[in-house]
Amino acid sequence: MSHLRRPAPKELQPVSFAFTPENLEKAKKIIAKYPEGRQQSAVMPLLDLAQRQTEGNWVPTVAMDYIADMLEMPAIRVYEVATFYTMYNLAPVGKNFIQVCTTTPCWLRGSADVVDTCKKELGIGVGETTEDGQFTMIEVECLGACVNAPMMQINDDYYEDLTPETTKAILDALKKGEKPKAGPQSGRKGCEPMGGPKVLKAFCGCGAAPQDADASEGDA
Amino acid sequence: MPKLTVDGIEVEVEAGATVLQACEEAGKEIPRFCYHERLSIAGNCRMCLVEMERAPKPVASCAMPAADGMVIKTDSDLVKKARNGVMEFLLINHPLDCPICDQGGECDLQDQAMAYGFDASRYAEKKRAVKDKELGPIVKTIMTRCIHCTRCVRFSEEVAGVGTMGAVYRGEDTEVGPYIEASINSELSGNLIDLCPVGALTSKPYAFTARPWELKKTDSIDVMDAVGSNIRIDARTAEVLRVLPRTNEDINEEWISDKTRYAIDGLKRQRLDRPYVRVNGKLTPASWDEAFAAIKAKVSGLDGKKIAALAGDTVDCESMTALKDLMGKLGSPNLDCRQDGSKIGGPRASYIFNSTIAGIDEADACLIVGANVRAEAPIINARLRKRWRSTAGDFKVGIIGEKWDPTYKNEYLGAGPDTLSEILEGKNEFAKILEAAEKPMIIVGMGALNREDGDAVLATTRAIAEKFGMVAGEWNGFNVLHTAASRVGGLDLGFVPGEGGLATNDILDAAAKGDVEVVYLLGADEVDMSKLEKAFVIYQGAMGDAGAQAADVILPGAAYTEKNGTYVNTEGRAQQGWRAIFPVGDAREDWAIVRALSGALDQTLPYNNIDAVRSRMVELSPTFASLNVPTKAEWTDFGKAGDMKPEGFASPVRNFYMTDPISRASVTMAKCTEAFVKDAAAEKVA
Repeated sequence: MSHLRRPAPKELQPVSFAFTPENLEKAKKIIAKYPEGRQQSAVMPLLDLAQRQTEGNWVPTVAMDYIADMLEMPAIRVYEVATFYTMYNLAPVGKNFIQVCTTTPCWLRGSADVVDTCKKELGIGVGETTEDGQFTMIEVECLGACVNAPMMQINDDYYEDLTPETTKAILDALKKGEKPKAGPQSGRKGCEPMGGPKVLKAFCGCGAAPQDADASEGDA
Repeated sequence: MPKLTVDGIEVEVEAGATVLQACEEAGKEIPRFCYHERLSIAGNCRMCLVEMERAPKPVASCAMPAADGMVIKTDSDLVKKARNGVMEFLLINHPLDCPICDQGGECDLQDQAMAYGFDASRYAEKKRAVKDKELGPIVKTIMTRCIHCTRCVRFSEEVAGVGTMGAVYRGEDTEVGPYIEASINSELSGNLIDLCPVGALTSKPYAFTARPWELKKTDSIDVMDAVGSNIRIDARTAEVLRVLPRTNEDINEEWISDKTRYAIDGLKRQRLDRPYVRVNGKLTPASWDEAFAAIKAKVSGLDGKKIAALAGDTVDCESMTALKDLMGKLGSPNLDCRQDGSKIGGPRASYIFNSTIAGIDEADACLIVGANVRAEAPIINARLRKRWRSTAGDFKVGIIGEKWDPTYKNEYLGAGPDTLSEILEGKNEFAKILEAAEKPMIIVGMGALNREDGDAVLATTRAIAEKFGMVAGEWNGFNVLHTAASRVGGLDLGFVPGEGGLATNDILDAAAKGDVEVVYLLGADEVDMSKLEKAFVIYQGAMGDAGAQAADVILPGAAYTEKNGTYVNTEGRAQQGWRAIFPVGDAREDWAIVRALSGALDQTLPYNNIDAVRSRMVELSPTFASLNVPTKAEWTDFGKAGDMKPEGFASPVRNFYMTDPISRASVTMAKCTEAFVKDAAAEKVA
């Protein structure tokens, strides 16, 4: 179990937490979405909001207490939610939080090479953070992008159809402070078949004649 | 009402009942870990699987609502196989440390593994280990043993009302406990130990003390507060080792407070185990005869008016009866069982919890006056919380007096009599709630009644009860909450000043002036002993507390675990407890001491055994004729209208963990005080 799934040591825990005025506005809007008496349901979006606000992309214990107060629920109920869902980090992570999927479909398509590339390029092991605090890499279970396997998630973006080369290119760009283009790195669009669309071309405006679609029916 | 068939037996159950309950109705035992009658249904241990016709797989009977026409099998091969599988999974991570586990011998997992476990494990991988949690001075944890039934989580959330326990992390890493270190700051935390079906939560003070089969179990009644919780005293040879709750739906259900459970270690310290007589200003050990002779020398020939008797908070009714009769023979009208100086004691309806504790389950609004119910009677507070939960928050509670946290939603109305008058005059918003309620109730605490103006407060509360229809037909919502186990019994027996007699405060003043020369303290330790310096003080009791220090003669009595005794709880319900062990040293049962003394004083009382004393009690009050049922009291006029002082009501219980000589001597209660009460005090300062 990753150390990100255990509370950060006391030295790292901030002494207080409060939403910034903008986030407080957002929080109020979120809470208002739930029916009267069901405000506690807002706990998950609020935890996400707190995580985004916190330097190091994590949820400190004081933030959980703050949310518990805000939603008038026992703090332990917030702890339960925050510790259950793996997308809440319980300890600080690097500026670029890399989650490489290593579940079966990605693994069959070469996720082990992607992990190795990350290790080599960043000089860190799984679950570790680079010394400059720029990168944290962890392995995760299926992120639901199997059709573009192998893939990794960096902060909010999916990078798909990875190869060791494209992985390296992405990391290099990030190191330079650039933001590489998210999505499939193979050039295909979304989860279209490799080599372009094969069916219903006339409807998608891809320029191909209808009879081509008929011809390729067997491949689809 | 659904009808279903369980193993060929047709049963009919209440609508909303579960399959598990239906199986029990049919007399079939269903193994379970997470299911508990008094907690919400979790359905996560899967031990209660049964086979249901037309269902594709076994169903968890605890979470399956019973429906018409269901055909359930509880003893088929499929069921047996399913439960064996569940048990095997539960045991994957459960350590094999039964020989050093305190739950051994009374462990649900151990028992059920006998029926559903394999004789060998097929699991060769590493077992997981979980860090123990620090939960304070009462609950010891060995979390590796936890099977994640979440009973403790549900209890602390639902019954105790403190959200400390939770199930954090997930899957294989799930841990039950607080996320960050925190003690369970609840007066009911000891119940977690009873609830835990395995040895994950065990009793810290009782750790490694005894095995359940070594213990002699005796049914008794708790005297730490006025609730009269039903308890079982477990003793080995001459030592009381632990106290457990006995189920009584009308009183404590199956919970007891931590003081009830753990104050007993105080009974091993500061005990009076032999008579003492003060010689030249120093208490010296004496024989019973010498002690009686010293009393006789002082008392004989003395005018009865110069003798007084006070009964303490934990004494039994038998000894009060004997002492009352002895005082009668000595011609003294000066006796009082209200050592807090309160004025209660008129018609019976004016000093008992008329609605009964179970009656709380019907009430729809409650006004609490001058009582910190959570500290004075945690079991009753838990009942109020239960009512609040079962009505989804519709049970409205208003509090007058000090501010305290009842663990349920309440409205704080004000500090004292002014607010009380506002309610009566209908000026307060809460008056509307009482007006609208069908079965409103009022709980008046000793904090409101033990004042100088107690009579006026009583009259005002009675007027409120009348005005808002709290007494109507069968319903009587006028409730007095006592803090002393002996109080209602003493009032029922008439252990109050006779014709021209003095009450507690007058006795003390008269003793200070020298008008009263002999004061007999029957387990009374809470009075101002400095006023008794001039008087000749006879102290009879079990504990060497304030009373014994002020005494000229000490007569060692039996503690509540060491005698057969009758106690009347705050509802006016007489209950009998049995002797678990014999009194220490030369100590004797209290009524017998008074009887022996009466002989020595040539005023022999007419009873030679406890049955004769009890017959006398029935003569004094019909309460004692019917045990275990509260007798309804007639609603009559009481209280005296008058001016009420503006000061706020203050609860007499400042520290829940230490309220009487036994709990003050208890090491565990001292630890709890340090852990919880001082924390609270520090918090207040901050």
